[in-house]
Amino acid sequence: MTAQNPNSFRNQPDDRGHFGQFGGRYVAETLMPLILDLETEYRKAKADAGFQAEFDDLLEHYVGRPSPLYFAPRLTEELRGAQVWFKRDELNHTGAHKINNCIGQILLAMRMGKTRIIAETGAGQHGVATATVCARFGLPCVVYMGATDVARQAPNVFRMKLLGAEVVPVTAGAGTLKDAMNEALRDWVANVHDTFYIIGTAAGPHPYPELVRDFQSVIGREARAQMLSRTGRLPDVLVAAIGGGSNAIGLFHPFLDDPSVKMLGVEAAGHGLDKEHAASLAGGRPGVLHGNKTYLLQDEDGQITEGHSISAGLDYPGIGPEHAWLRDIGRVEYTSVTDTQALDGFQLLCRTEGIIPALEPSHAIAAVTKLAPTMDKDQIILANLCGRGDKDIFSVAEHLGVKL
Amino acid sequence: MSRLSAAFAKGHAALVCFVTGGDPTPEATPAILDALVEGGADVIELGMPFTDPMADGPAIQNANLRALAAGTKTAHILAIAKAFRARHPDVPLVLMGYANPMITRGAEWFADACADAGVDGVICVDIPSEEDPELGPALRARGISPIRLATPTTDAARLPAVLDGSGGFLYYVSVAGITGKQSAALASIQEAVARIKQTATIPVAVGFGVRTPEQAGGIAAVADGVVVGSALVDLVAQHGADAPGPVRELTSALSAAVHAARKEIA
Repeated sequence: MTAQNPNSFRNQPDDRGHFGQFGGRYVAETLMPLILDLETEYRKAKADAGFQAEFDDLLEHYVGRPSPLYFAPRLTEELRGAQVWFKRDELNHTGAHKINNCIGQILLAMRMGKTRIIAETGAGQHGVATATVCARFGLPCVVYMGATDVARQAPNVFRMKLLGAEVVPVTAGAGTLKDAMNEALRDWVANVHDTFYIIGTAAGPHPYPELVRDFQSVIGREARAQMLSRTGRLPDVLVAAIGGGSNAIGLFHPFLDDPSVKMLGVEAAGHGLDKEHAASLAGGRPGVLHGNKTYLLQDEDGQITEGHSISAGLDYPGIGPEHAWLRDIGRVEYTSVTDTQALDGFQLLCRTEGIIPALEPSHAIAAVTKLAPTMDKDQIILANLCGRGDKDIFSVAEHLGVKL
Repeated sequence: MSRLSAAFAKGHAALVCFVTGGDPTPEATPAILDALVEGGADVIELGMPFTDPMADGPAIQNANLRALAAGTKTAHILAIAKAFRARHPDVPLVLMGYANPMITRGAEWFADACADAGVDGVICVDIPSEEDPELGPALRARGISPIRLATPTTDAARLPAVLDGSGGFLYYVSVAGITGKQSAALASIQEAVARIKQTATIPVAVGFGVRTPEQAGGIAAVADGVVVGSALVDLVAQHGADAPGPVRELTSALSAAVHAARKEIA
């Protein structure tokens, strides 16, 4: 373990839940005792072999892990550079990486004796994953979803309802992910006695960024072992899309202390960084929202501005605090990709590999298409294919001007 | 004696009144604050609008959005506070809001601006005692009270940490929930205030869900102060720039009830 190594990049956060200057517990007093309870309970669960065994068993038999590590021959040929490999988390039950975290959190919720689950969702993937685990364990589930997202992600709304969840459209603000999160926090503060809030990304008050990262780190642990076993070496570069950043931190974290492995996080540049976008690192500055300090899109008065991305899963005006820290210390590099570039990446993967990706990892694919040609043929890029595109085909058709 | 201490040493419970700054417009706020003072408010809480008021119910959420839509900036709030101080040298004024607008130019900048405006205390909803270094030291260095919240979930073990470094008064949130919704039973408020006062050396004011003079009077009998927010904000929503009249009227009724209630807890 590297936990004792003072030079490790993997021993964050500190005792107060801070990743350098980021993270923390910026919540209303009502939630503070619960957040402290959650931390205590998580520490116990982490040390409990039984908890870990149940988590692993569900990941294997219910989620379908380990997900494959796949070499993409035709995409590699097309890009004429580094070998492109994908971690196939889109093959998980429910079609994205979100389920890994939901399994972990619902086990924690039940351990804490909570009997009601709430969640926020943007694209609906986290909402579907939460509704899924609630159905699996027989707990009532309320999902807050921005009204705008309810309209543009109708298939996922229907999925959640089929799974027995109540979907509450949130009309405040622009009716997207941050508004859904505000409303989930309002519900939680009024129902702390029996309710567990399953946060979907590696953000929010401590210990959420840490526990979501830990649950998602199964991605990176598997990928690292699979890559070593398949090629006898580590990848040269990891690439992952970032909204809140849970799939990226899940892939990156187990590699952080491998100095030869570079990492690239890909934010959503929307219509362009000089226009509407959702790239908190590229276009934001540090501030406090939703329980943590991190990079935020905001005006000079600290009012939060709306993010925009073609991908409903990326248009959040913040980013997980560990990414903010990793960027400031320079361990991970961050770039951004526009809506148009993501659409190109989406189509390229469909054509070359027979895989329809979600719009979120399409941003990672677009970054790979820029990066691979600059690298040697014996180098390896490993990108996280964190979700499948079934949910996005309608909005992609619309953007491509195709009537279904 | 500080203005805040004096407000709680008048021989009766203090009426603490909240409105959102800049609602309906920055220009309309001063007259609404004056109406609160004329109605008999002992402490004024001026809300700093924020795009994401996570602890607030619909009434104050909408007030925040109206204020921002009217173009309210932090500079307006500070100017409103400063002008208030000039008009009312003895009435304590507290800014209430969320962390990000307060710290966005740095805690030192904000604390300086508060001191310059004659602000007596600051309530920051999302800076619990655990994150005190974010803003607390800068405020205390300038003699401004960081006013913390305690809630039904704040147990006896945690209370000392909440009180440590806080000043002015302790704001007891009587229900676990958001502003303007349900109110707590008087018996549970009385029990909670008594419990808190075993530890607290500063006054305890009770808020969340207090809407009527009857409720306010009941709480004033068992606490050092009563906070009313959403009911006043509702009047601003209803009457806009014509709100001062109705606001003065409700405040008068509230203050009559609060000031007449006999304090049964020393």
